[in-house]
Amino acid sequence: MAKYAFFLGCIAPLRYPGIEKSTREVCAALGIELVDLNDASCCPAPGVIRAFNKKTWLAAAARNLALAEKQGLPIVTICNGCYGSLFDAAYELAENPELLAEVNKILAEIGLEYKGTTKVHHFAEVLYNEVGVEKIKSAVTKPLDYQVAAFYGCHFLKPSEIKQVDNPENPHILDDLIEATGAKSMPRKQKTLCCGAGGGLKAAFGDVAKKFTETNLENMKESGAQFIIDVCPFCHLQFDGVQKDLGYNIPVLHLSQLLGLAMGMDEKQLAFSTHITPVKL
Amino acid sequence: MGPWIILIIMVTPKGEISKEIADAAKLCFQCGTCTAGCPSGRRTSYRVRKIVRMAQLGLKEEIINSDELWECSTCYTCVERCPRQVPIVDIIIDLRNLAVAEGHIRAQHKGTATNLVKYGHTVDVKENISKLRVELGLPEVPPTVLANQAAKADLDKILKATGFDKIVQE
Repeated sequence: MAKYAFFLGCIAPLRYPGIEKSTREVCAALGIELVDLNDASCCPAPGVIRAFNKKTWLAAAARNLALAEKQGLPIVTICNGCYGSLFDAAYELAENPELLAEVNKILAEIGLEYKGTTKVHHFAEVLYNEVGVEKIKSAVTKPLDYQVAAFYGCHFLKPSEIKQVDNPENPHILDDLIEATGAKSMPRKQKTLCCGAGGGLKAAFGDVAKKFTETNLENMKESGAQFIIDVCPFCHLQFDGVQKDLGYNIPVLHLSQLLGLAMGMDEKQLAFSTHITPVKL
Repeated sequence: MGPWIILIIMVTPKGEISKEIADAAKLCFQCGTCTAGCPSGRRTSYRVRKIVRMAQLGLKEEIINSDELWECSTCYTCVERCPRQVPIVDIIIDLRNLAVAEGHIRAQHKGTATNLVKYGHTVDVKENISKLRVELGLPEVPPTVLANQAAKADLDKILKATGFDKIVQE
C-alpha cells in the first residue's frame, strides 16, 4: 500500500473541506494510505510569499519538508500552489548544498534539520502513475455521464523541465483520470491558459485575473462542458467565485470530488454547500 | 570601440540589481517569445520582455516602482517557450523581493502576509467552515500549525529569523 504524508495547504481545509474529505475517501478506496502531516503550515504560497521574501518562503517550505522527512514519507498535495512551492523548494535544496546549509541554520533554531530527501507529489500525478486509470475504473461504482472541462492549472505541469509530469502544452493525464469515471473531457481552445489567480494577481489586480478566467469560461462553455474539473483549490476558488459576476454558471469540482461522486459519495459528504457557483448534479 | 559597446558599458548594472538577477537576465536576446505567449500581456500593459530588458539595463527604480512587475501570474508559459532558457519567473520573483524590501507592497498583499503571520496559513479561519468540518467527520481544526501552538511558535521563529515579520509591520 502506497503511503504518503498528506499536506493540506490552506484553501482546501479552510474554504472547501469537501475537497479534503473526498481526497481522504478516494485515497482510502484506492489503497493509498494518507498520514496527516501534523504541524505543517502554508506551503508557503509560491506567487505571493515567495515574491515577498524568498528566504522566508524557502525556510518555511523546508520546515514542511523536514516534518515529512521525520515521518519518513513522501508528501502528497491536492493543490498546484502547494505542489509548486514544495516541489520547487525540495528541488532547489537538493541541487544546492550551500542553500541547504543556510536553511538548516534557520531550522536549527527550532531544533529541526532537513537532509534534503523528501519527495513531493501531486494527488493527480499519484493517481495516474501509482494507482493507474484501470484501477480507478474498477473502483467506480456510479459511472458519470457528464461532459466536463479538464483544467490543469499551471504549477501542476510547469516548469516542466523539473516537474516532468506531462506535456505542458498538450497534457492528457487529467483527461484520462476524468474519463475513468465515465465522464467525457471535452476538447476546447486554450486548454492550458492560466486561471488568472496566481502570482498575487487575484489579490492585487482582481479584474485582470477575472479576464483570464473569462476567456477560460468562454472556451469551456463553447465546448459544451457541464462541469469544470480542477486539481487546485486556488484555481477552484477563482472559477467558483468569479463566475456569477461574469454571467456564467458552470459548477466547479476538484478531481477528488468528481472521483468521490463516481465512487458513491453524496452531495453532503462532498460539501457542495460551500461552493459559490451552485452544484446541481 | 563601436557605439553599441559604449552603450553597453554605460548601462551595465552598478550593483543595484543583484549579480544573480543580472546574470540570469543577460541570457535574454530580446526575441519576444515570452511576451507573445504571455496571457497577462494580452490583457494588460505588462510586457515581460521589457521587464527583462530593464533588468539587463539595471533600471532598478523604474522596475520596483512599476505596477507591471505585479501583473505576472507566474504561469510559466514564457519559461516553457524561451529559446534561451532564461529563468524569467525567477527573475520576476527576485525583482519583487527587491521591491518589497524597499517597501513597495500593496495593501492586499500585506493582508495575505498578515494572514501567514497570524494563522500560519494564507487564509483566515471561518466559523461556518469549522462547523462543516465537524459535520463531515473531519477534525474541527485542521491538524496543522492551527492545531498546535508550539508548531506555530516554530513557524513564527522562521518568519522572524528571515525578516518576514517586518513586511507586516511596515
